[in-house]
Amino acid sequence: MSSYNLKEVMNKPERLAPGHRMCAGCGATIGVRAVLRALHEGDQAVIGNATGCLEVSSFMYPYTAWEDSYIHNAFENAGATLGGVETAYKALKKRGRLPEDVNYKFITFGGDGGTYDIGFQSLSGAMERGHDMVYVCYDNGAYMNTGIQRSSATPRFADTTTTPVGKVSDGKLQSRKDLASIIAEHNVPYVAQTTFTRDFKDIHFKSEKAIYTEGACFLNVLAPCPRGWRYDTAEVMKICQLAIDTCYWPMFEVEEGKWRLTYEPKKKLPIEDFLKEQGRFKHLFKPGNEELLVQFQEEVDRRWEDLQYKCNKN
Amino acid sequence: MAKKDRMSGNEAVAYAIKQINPDVMPAFPITPSTEIPQMVSTYIANGEIDTEFIPVESEHSSMSAAIGSEAAGARSLTATSSAGLAFMWEELLLAASNRLPVALALVNRTLSGPININCDHSDSMAARDVGWIQIYAETNQEAYDNFIQAYPIAEDVRVHLPIMICQDGFITSHAVMNIELIEDEDVKEFVGEYKPEEFLLNPGKPIAVGPYSVSNYAMEARKNQALAMENSKEVILEVAKKFKDRFGRGVGLFEEYRTEDADYIMLIMGSAAGTAKEAVDNLRDKGIKAGVLKLRVFRPFPAEEIAEALKNCKAVAIMDRTESYNAHGGPLASEVLAGLYRSKVNIETVSYTYGLAGRDFTVDSVYEIFDELQAVVNDGFKPVQHRYIGLRTCE
Repeated sequence: MSSYNLKEVMNKPERLAPGHRMCAGCGATIGVRAVLRALHEGDQAVIGNATGCLEVSSFMYPYTAWEDSYIHNAFENAGATLGGVETAYKALKKRGRLPEDVNYKFITFGGDGGTYDIGFQSLSGAMERGHDMVYVCYDNGAYMNTGIQRSSATPRFADTTTTPVGKVSDGKLQSRKDLASIIAEHNVPYVAQTTFTRDFKDIHFKSEKAIYTEGACFLNVLAPCPRGWRYDTAEVMKICQLAIDTCYWPMFEVEEGKWRLTYEPKKKLPIEDFLKEQGRFKHLFKPGNEELLVQFQEEVDRRWEDLQYKCNKN
Repeated sequence: MAKKDRMSGNEAVAYAIKQINPDVMPAFPITPSTEIPQMVSTYIANGEIDTEFIPVESEHSSMSAAIGSEAAGARSLTATSSAGLAFMWEELLLAASNRLPVALALVNRTLSGPININCDHSDSMAARDVGWIQIYAETNQEAYDNFIQAYPIAEDVRVHLPIMICQDGFITSHAVMNIELIEDEDVKEFVGEYKPEEFLLNPGKPIAVGPYSVSNYAMEARKNQALAMENSKEVILEVAKKFKDRFGRGVGLFEEYRTEDADYIMLIMGSAAGTAKEAVDNLRDKGIKAGVLKLRVFRPFPAEEIAEALKNCKAVAIMDRTESYNAHGGPLASEVLAGLYRSKVNIETVSYTYGLAGRDFTVDSVYEIFDELQAVVNDGFKPVQHRYIGLRTCE
């Protein structure tokens, strides 16, 4: 796990084939490919998927973009479904119905709606039972597939179609749920939060750890959505960098209960830098709304301090 | 040599599961089916079987996990009742549309509300159009026998559909009766190995399950599913025949009890058929030509066969242990009436609702119904259709 060669990693065969119907520049697809690149060559995988953009765009009958076995069941049960697949693997292995040398890994993808909200119970159950699998949330902070409705992952003040900004509305009222922490409190062996950096090293190592750590593991991947966030599609890497440099989206991991920051910005940028790139926060920059930005910054600071405390006490 | 034992319905089904030793069983507790996963867990804990048990956090997840494991190539099952079946609704549809031969031991209990833990058929009857085969038992023996026939039916290449093996909550599930068990080796041989054609854990041959399907394709998928349900009738009969040839008991789609020359027939499902048979024996002693048609298979619905079996009688009482809230009649009545009309069998019929939420159904209730059928035939009596039996009178 120690050596990392970007070129080598990027040249691995794609396990999500081109030709799927995801939007150009979609963060979910970038995330999926990054996670799957961490699979060791020769290892087989079964990929699970909650209903969402990724599913309807990658497996439209009679075509599939997935090179590995793949199962989509419904919106709210990606955890339980892949838990079932993983248990079948145990049963078939035990009963000698699979060749000894065959090695399967189990990875399921869900958007934030299918993970933080409607699939939360199924995820929590699968994590608590300790299935040997990885649940990857591609978090784009709203129900994008149905047209940008708010979820519990949506940041405060975001303009969504169910929290529209209006004469008497500043967008979403609540701050986002901190799902990675909640899953870490399940005492699973590995939880990490990550996104896309220029070298893709953070997401690669975390994916590899999650896939090759025995037990239930969870990855929360910030996966920008150009349509929902309203930024210039080509700027996805810049958006992700601002998310981590403003500490809106800290990158950390929790390994066997030990919290560790995997990235600390040299200079923590003001939250405005992240927000001003996105149309969903445009209203925050109107005269008279300065107080909203202050509130947003305070919440980011509070959470960042809390995370630093968790990481430093180890 | 067949073994004899005394068992409750839940014990009988759990014993069948033990003999089959399936690969994966996710389950969640709910009265009155809870004992089945408890007993299976005990068999596992004592090393008698090596099924992988998944103690899921809900019934929605038990069916979701069963779908995952079955798609992965493992013979899977779960057990539930009432609200548990309702909670896994969406997944029942997906097990069927993904053509996965999952088995479900259903212990029939009423749906809320008011919340009540006793028997009626409102759970499975409300799930009648989700694409599952449904087989009902009168006795513990039948629940056991039906469960042993479940996989040979569901896994047949002509079928590939999930199957619900139903027994009546408490009346069958908790009451103990003498039962004849089949030897372990004979069960294993009868049920056979699960050899799916395509599955997720097939090294070098990956598959994708659960596509998004546009209108150009989705309708054909539904039609194929409907054809599989039509095909299943023949397979159910074949398996029942094989079972009878081998073990000497059982019926096909339904049992005809003293119906051959009957003028009056009660069409009924589940444990209440025993009550009806007892009453019919007494009526026969009095010279009344009464009989019972006990429906074993509700899905696929044997409409033509029922019409054929009823065509020579004068009147039939159609007994629903559920309410449809359609202001018209129970589901069994609706389907039987449609079947009779289609086959141009023009006999008198009366639809009754009985035994909801554990209300007793007695031989006296059966006498009352046969009296009414006779009045309809002999006196031109015009009965109230969709009538409740055993209802408290409001004074």
